[in-house]
Amino acid sequence: MKRFVPWIVLVVMAGWIGANWMPPKVDKDDVDLAKFGKLPVLVGGRAKPLDTVARNSLLIIHGKQELRLENGRTLSAIEWLVDVLFNAPVADQYPVFVVQNDEVLGLFGWEQSQRKYFSFAEFAPFLKQIEEQGDQADKLEAVQRSAYQSAILNLRNGLVLYQRLKNSVQLEGSQNFAAELKTYQANVPGAANAAAQAQRGENFDRAKLNDVAELIQKYEKISEMAYILAVPSADRSGDWHSVGDSLLHSVSTGKIHPIVFEYAQIGDAYRARDQAAFNQHVDLAANFFAKEQPNATKRTSFEFLFNRLQPFSQSMALYVLAFLLACASWLGWSRTLNRSAFYLLLLALAIHSFGLFSRMYLQERPPVTNLYSSAIFIGWGAVIVSLILERIFRDGIGAACAGAIGFVTLIIAHHLAGSGDTLEMLQAVLDTNIWLATHVVCITTGYSAMFLAGMLAIIYIVRGVFTRSLTKPTADSLARMTYGVVCFATLFSFVGTVLGGIWADQSWGRFWGWDPKENGAVLIVLWCAITLHARWGGFIRQRGLMMMAIFGNIVTSFSWFGVNMLGVGLHSYGFMQKAFPWLLGFMISQLALITIASMPLENWRSFAGERDPKDRQLPDEAVAA
Amino acid sequence: MLRKIVDLFTSLKLTIVCLAAGMALIFAGTLAQVHLGIHEAQQRYFQSMLVWWPAEGQSFKIPIFPGGHLIGAVLLVNLIATHTKRFRWAWKKLGIHLTHAGLIIMLAGGLFTDLFAVESHMRLERGDTKNYSEDQRHMELAVIDTADNDLDQVTAIPESVLRTGRTIDHWSLPFRIAVRNYYPNSRLQTLSQAGTGVRPIANQGPGAMIAVEAVPRTTAQDERDVPAAAIEILPKDGGSLGTWLVSDALGAPQTFSCCGRQWKIAMRTARYYKPYSVTLQKFTHEKYAGTEIPKNFASKVTLIDPERNVSRDVLIYMNHPLRYRGETFYQAGFQQDDRATILQVVHNPSFLAPYVACIIVAAGLLVQFGIHLVGFARKRRTATA
Repeated sequence: MKRFVPWIVLVVMAGWIGANWMPPKVDKDDVDLAKFGKLPVLVGGRAKPLDTVARNSLLIIHGKQELRLENGRTLSAIEWLVDVLFNAPVADQYPVFVVQNDEVLGLFGWEQSQRKYFSFAEFAPFLKQIEEQGDQADKLEAVQRSAYQSAILNLRNGLVLYQRLKNSVQLEGSQNFAAELKTYQANVPGAANAAAQAQRGENFDRAKLNDVAELIQKYEKISEMAYILAVPSADRSGDWHSVGDSLLHSVSTGKIHPIVFEYAQIGDAYRARDQAAFNQHVDLAANFFAKEQPNATKRTSFEFLFNRLQPFSQSMALYVLAFLLACASWLGWSRTLNRSAFYLLLLALAIHSFGLFSRMYLQERPPVTNLYSSAIFIGWGAVIVSLILERIFRDGIGAACAGAIGFVTLIIAHHLAGSGDTLEMLQAVLDTNIWLATHVVCITTGYSAMFLAGMLAIIYIVRGVFTRSLTKPTADSLARMTYGVVCFATLFSFVGTVLGGIWADQSWGRFWGWDPKENGAVLIVLWCAITLHARWGGFIRQRGLMMMAIFGNIVTSFSWFGVNMLGVGLHSYGFMQKAFPWLLGFMISQLALITIASMPLENWRSFAGERDPKDRQLPDEAVAA
Repeated sequence: MLRKIVDLFTSLKLTIVCLAAGMALIFAGTLAQVHLGIHEAQQRYFQSMLVWWPAEGQSFKIPIFPGGHLIGAVLLVNLIATHTKRFRWAWKKLGIHLTHAGLIIMLAGGLFTDLFAVESHMRLERGDTKNYSEDQRHMELAVIDTADNDLDQVTAIPESVLRTGRTIDHWSLPFRIAVRNYYPNSRLQTLSQAGTGVRPIANQGPGAMIAVEAVPRTTAQDERDVPAAAIEILPKDGGSLGTWLVSDALGAPQTFSCCGRQWKIAMRTARYYKPYSVTLQKFTHEKYAGTEIPKNFASKVTLIDPERNVSRDVLIYMNHPLRYRGETFYQAGFQQDDRATILQVVHNPSFLAPYVACIIVAAGLLVQFGIHLVGFARKRRTATA
């Protein structure tokens, strides 16, 4: 019976994930938002599905990827966006904007209460005030802003984004947009003719000119406001235009781009609750893109799928479960639990890898391009190395590390995603796949290994001090793993750091510039070198190695996040202040562990019974140096 | 005694102490960058023998920590000494030897770069041609003989010489230059702005109407010092022509005549002349559609070198510098709404050292850890068999 438990666990969890991945049931009488959400648009320099635009915008404005209404109904991001785009008066009532700062609320004469979400309609009378206050805050550096200033700036940026979204494919409040466009198209040639006559000083029909001039003013407004570039260039140059620009361009061509027409009819149908017309025009638009932009369409429909599957959330859940199983295996029933944990981890890793490679495919880049993707990659690398360790030692330690690091790094990634698109375009200097694939991958692999060594050391300390489960063989194998992983970290950190220097030599003209991020990297290399030399020289033994590996966590976290918080240098691409307390907390917790580890061995539960509680030495073969 | 010294310099403890000191220094230096800016922190912490406290403005100062050069040098000596003394050939030690040999190349290369690399800038507007680059951090006093219509004869006196306050006597000049006042950083105002009672430090040229105020040296990243000096021109056949104020802030060179010739003087950023010239044809600054994110910066220049019969167009852009005659031109920045480009010009004779060192060290680490891994695997196999 026991033999089947791991398989049963695996099948149950795989089934659970499969159930999560089932596409949601669509009512036949409903508008086909899934198809609508796949339409490609250009935002932030990248072609992406409307669904991604909806999720990221809602994340920026609302802090979540879905919206709970006061009546208890939950709107998905695309349901929200379709209202914003086509039915602004309804969208204006949704409580999307988050305000928790009491000073900001006070600005409008509101008292702080349980409510933290507000609708656009509620802010409408205060827009000018918010704009002014936000501009003031915007002039300061992020570090200098007070909580009030950060909050008001946040609100202002959210409101700006929201208003730009509303005016992306039509002027907000438009009713019969398709009909209006037809008039426009019909009148443009006459108006152009009249304008030419006027220029030549001949008699011209002023009424004809006026009809169009009014509309042109409107389109100039949406051309200025547009957040979404929805119209691909007719000449297939790869350029994209906003609906407004495209309409202004129509003055010279006399033709309206088919996509502009489709969006207008989709919008009209949506407001009229004409499900058939909506679906029909979404189909027409989709077909147009499939024919004209086959590559973008392939990628955006894959991205749509990727958005729905949420691979990182799924693997996060599996990692936690695997971690708990692995820890439980040290208390009893070891083989079975161990095996279950291992199988679950393989499943989690498969999903994690799917997510990672999907992102690479979507972005056409090596895996690490920003702080978010570094967290995904560090977790991925550490899980793989842990699973190799687990395969060799089969004692649940590798599995526990994999579960813990996989979970924590994905949580970190989740919190780094708040600023919007995690597949953003790269700054000019980063625009090189060779260096991203070598330097950045090496450095982040080094981080992975450092955190893994730290995690192994934490297991050693916690099991040794608080439980009786740290037997001599376990302690020895933990020491061997830690030592090996530190060696691995040294190799990758060193090579990564020097490759970074060479990249800097290629693009900035100096191999080494004492930039904070460079310093952070070299701190890791130095710490590895100290640890290894101290071990080889016999200055530290098993326990010392563990304490140094835990300190390695502090050094690595400083290098990963700490230097970005300083806000200096050429690398400060991932500046973030909010995480500072978390970083500090993490560092303190690691120091606490080191302090606990320095307790006399009599106080360690695992060693309490031994008569000669001397530190054990690493076996000779591991210190062959 | 000698034995003790040898023991000290070949000890592993010294290695560890140096590495740990290096970590502490880098950590402190990195934090200091927040207030001092990268350049200043780099000078004080990394490119120095000792770190001093307090750094400026006090009458006393004491060394509180070894600086980057000291730690690096001790580490280098430690490495070389240990390997000379204990070197014994064995295949098993191949990895260690390779790693450390690579590190020696890297440390030595780093030191060499610090001493001999020269960084400067070339700022070009569209259509500009220049045969020199400028060093924004150093000034020089240029004395220009305009006798020849086609060619100016420039005698450049570095700021460091002006600072000593010595009288300058150079064979190419028919006069001596006495430095009367020297300000490392200054603020210039017209006399009327400065208020009553303020006297000018010069009596010739526009300087006679300008008040000079000494101000502390700047530490901000985006500012630089404005040095100023009063110089007196003393013809070698006796007498004095008067005192001139020279400063980078004055702009155009000042003219005077001496010994029947016209001369120009100016304090300006130090120039490095080259036997070739660079002309900017076009600068492009691309952004991703609908964003402000820069996609690429590129300068199209024409390189003309009469000595070597070179005349060709070159595109300098991100990650693709121009390497020519021992100097490398990088796309570093732009100015004035993309009308001017700034190229960073670096002369670094040891730029290959890190490339070589990296390969050697990586190979060494791979061999070393590979030996461990194989040994471990073999041991496990015998244990489980």
